[in-house]
Amino acid sequence: MNLFKTGVAALAAVVCALPALAGQTFDSVKAKGFVQCGVNLGLYGFSAPDDKGNWSGLDVDACRAVAAGLFGDAAKVKYTPLSAQQRLPALQSGEIDMLARNTTWTLSRDTSNGLNFTAVNYYDGQGFMVARKAGVKSAKDLNGATVCVLPGTTTEQNLSDYFRATKMQFKPVVIEKNEELTSAFFSGRCDAISSDASQLAAIRANESPNPDDFVILPELISKEPLAPAVRQGDDQWMDLVRWSLFAMIAAEEKGITSKNVDQMLTSADPDVKRLLGVTPGNGKALGVDEAWVVRIVKQVGNYGESFDRNVGKGSKLKIERGLNALYSNGGLLYAPPFK
Amino acid sequence: MPMERGRRVRALLYSARFRAAVYQVVVVAAVVALGWYLVHNTLANLAARGIATGLSFLGREAGFDIGESPIPFEASDSYLRALLVGLLNTLAVAVTGIVLASLLGLTVGIGRLSRNWLVARLATLYVEAVRNVPLLLQLFVWYGLVTALPGPKQALQPGLGVVLSNRGLKFPLPHWHDSYVAVLAALLAAVAAALVLRRWALARQNRTGQPFPWLPAGLGLMLGLPLLVFAAAGAPLDWDRPVLAGFNFRGGATLSPEFAALLVGLSVYTSSFIAEIVRSGILAVPAGQTEAALSLGLTRGQTLRLVVLPQALRVIVPPLTSQYLNLTKNSSLAVAIGYPDLVSVANTTINQTGQAVEGVAVVMSVFLVVSLSLSWLMNWYNAKVALVTR
Repeated sequence: MNLFKTGVAALAAVVCALPALAGQTFDSVKAKGFVQCGVNLGLYGFSAPDDKGNWSGLDVDACRAVAAGLFGDAAKVKYTPLSAQQRLPALQSGEIDMLARNTTWTLSRDTSNGLNFTAVNYYDGQGFMVARKAGVKSAKDLNGATVCVLPGTTTEQNLSDYFRATKMQFKPVVIEKNEELTSAFFSGRCDAISSDASQLAAIRANESPNPDDFVILPELISKEPLAPAVRQGDDQWMDLVRWSLFAMIAAEEKGITSKNVDQMLTSADPDVKRLLGVTPGNGKALGVDEAWVVRIVKQVGNYGESFDRNVGKGSKLKIERGLNALYSNGGLLYAPPFK
Repeated sequence: MPMERGRRVRALLYSARFRAAVYQVVVVAAVVALGWYLVHNTLANLAARGIATGLSFLGREAGFDIGESPIPFEASDSYLRALLVGLLNTLAVAVTGIVLASLLGLTVGIGRLSRNWLVARLATLYVEAVRNVPLLLQLFVWYGLVTALPGPKQALQPGLGVVLSNRGLKFPLPHWHDSYVAVLAALLAAVAAALVLRRWALARQNRTGQPFPWLPAGLGLMLGLPLLVFAAAGAPLDWDRPVLAGFNFRGGATLSPEFAALLVGLSVYTSSFIAEIVRSGILAVPAGQTEAALSLGLTRGQTLRLVVLPQALRVIVPPLTSQYLNLTKNSSLAVAIGYPDLVSVANTTINQTGQAVEGVAVVMSVFLVVSLSLSWLMNWYNAKVALVTR
C-alpha cells in the first residue's frame, strides 16, 4: 500500500518539480526559517515522538544541530516521519531538506539515487535476535531458520548474503509494518528477527513481553554506517549538515559540553578557539555566523551527550559506545580539523 | 465567386460531421501533447537529480530471498525473475481465492433465500458481518489466528502425517514416479471421454426425452480410469513426510501461514459480496418460472439447476466480474501480512534499486494486464450465457 503512495508521490514530485539549482536548498531553508527533516516513523533512541509530539533521538539531534547552527534555535525543525520506502523519494523530490533516518550509506544511494551522505552519526551492523529458550548461541546455528525481516532496506539483502556465504538455508518472512513484524516474531512465527543491532535493542526494550526472554546474537553480519543525507546539487547545504555533525564530535573530543561551553570560550587552546568561533573564519566559510558551534553544543550537546541521552547509558537502550566511541577511545568517530 | 467560397466555408463550419472531426483531432492532439510533456519532464527531472532511469535494473542480480515460490528462486537470480515469482504468487492466491470465494458466495447466497429460518438468518449475519469490516483488519485477524498456533516443537498432528503449527500446514506428498505420466494421461483421456459422453447424453435426451446420468458417470470415469492405471503400474507410493529437523519441519508440502491467511481473508471478504450478487440474480428470475417448472414435474434441485440458475447467471456475471477484479487487486494487501506477492517483491526491488517510478510502472502495467485478461475472459463468458435474441 505504501508502495503506491510512495510511487505516486515520487511520480508526482518528479513530474511536477522543476530542476533543482545549485545553492537552492541552503537559500530556501534560510528563507523559510526552518529545516524540514525526514525522520523515522518511530524508532526509540533515533527518532521518536513523545506523548506531547516532541521528537527526540540521535537522528533528531542531527537535525536540531543544523537548525541551531543556522538559525540559532534547535527547535526550528519540522519533522516528516517516513517509512523505509518513502525516505529516498521524499528527499529526491525536495519534500524534505535533509534525511536523518537511520539510513545506511551505500554506493548506489550515494550515486544513482541522487543523494549525498554527509557524515556517519552511528556505526551500526545487522544482527539477529532470538528467543532465549531456543538455545541458539551463535548466528552459525541458524541453518533452516525462519527469519522475520523488514522490507526495503539493505537488511533483506545482507540476510541473503550471509546465508549464501555460510551455505545455510533460511526462509524470510517479509512484513512491511514494524509493529506487525515484531508481533509476528514475538508470536513465534519466526525463529529469529534480523535488523540493525541498535534497532533490535530498541525492539527488545520497548516491544517484547519480557526483554530478558530474548537475546541478541554476538555476530554482526554487515557494516551499517548510518548517516544523514542530502540531495545532490547543493554543496553549501551538504557542507553545513556535515560540519554540524563534525562540530558535535569535535566538541566531545575537546571536552566541551552543554554545561561548560561558556567557560570554554576563554580557553587558550587554539583548536578550541577556532571551533567555538573565538578565532573567526569557520562560520563565514559555511555561510552562518561565528557562534554556530557554541549554539549547537549549548542546545543539542556534544556527540557523547547526545549518545548517552538517546541510546546510551542515560536511556532505556543502554547501548555501549563500541564503534561509536571517539577514535581516541578505540572507536571510529573522528572529526576532521576545524581549520 | 468569393461569395460562393464564403458560403462553402460557412457550410463546412456548420457541418456537424466536420466539427465533430475537428473536436476529436484537437482532443487527441491535446492528450498526446500532455503525455509527451509529462514523460519528457519526468525524464529531465530524474536526469537533473542524478537518478538512474530505465529498466536495465531488471537484469541485475536481485540479492534477496523470497519466502515461497512456485518456481525455483535463489538470491543470485535476477530482479526480473524475482518479479515473476511475485506475479506467480499473486496469481496463485487470486485464482484459488476466486474459486473459493465463488463456491462460498454461491452457498451463502442460496442460503439467504432458504426457507429454513436458521439457515437464512445465519447467511444474512455472515454477509453483514463480513462485508462491513475493512479487509485489512480481517487479514490481521486471520494472520493473528494462524500465528497463534503452537510452534513446530508442540505442533498439532491430527494424523496421516499432517502437521499444523505456526509455520503452516504441512502434509505428506508422494515422491514423483515415472508411471504418474500414464496416470495423468489416463485422467486427460477420462475428461475427454466424459465430454463426449455428455454430448451424446444431451443429444439423446433431446431426441427421445430419456435422461442419462452423465455427470455421475463422467466423474466416475475421471476417478476410475486413473486409479486403474495407477493400480496396473503396481501402485507406486513413496510418501515424502514432514519431519521435524532443527527449527522446522522438512519435507512434504507446505501451506504457509501467510498464504493461508491471505487466501481465507480474500475469499471470505469477497464471498459476502458474491452472495449478494447471487441472491439478486436469483430473485431477478420471475417466480412464475419456478412455478412453471415445478408444475412440469421438475424437482426443486432440477428447477434451480435447469431453470433458475441459467437465467440468473445473466444478471450475476457482470457484477461478478467486478468482484473477481477486486479480489485480484486486493491481493496486494499481502504486503501487510508478509506474503511475497508482486507488490511485496516490487517493494523490495524499488528499495534496493531506488527506481521507484519504473518499479511502480511495472507493477501497474502487470496488474492492468492481469485485470484486463480476467475481464476479457468474463466478458466472453457473459456473451456465452447472455440471452440470444433472434
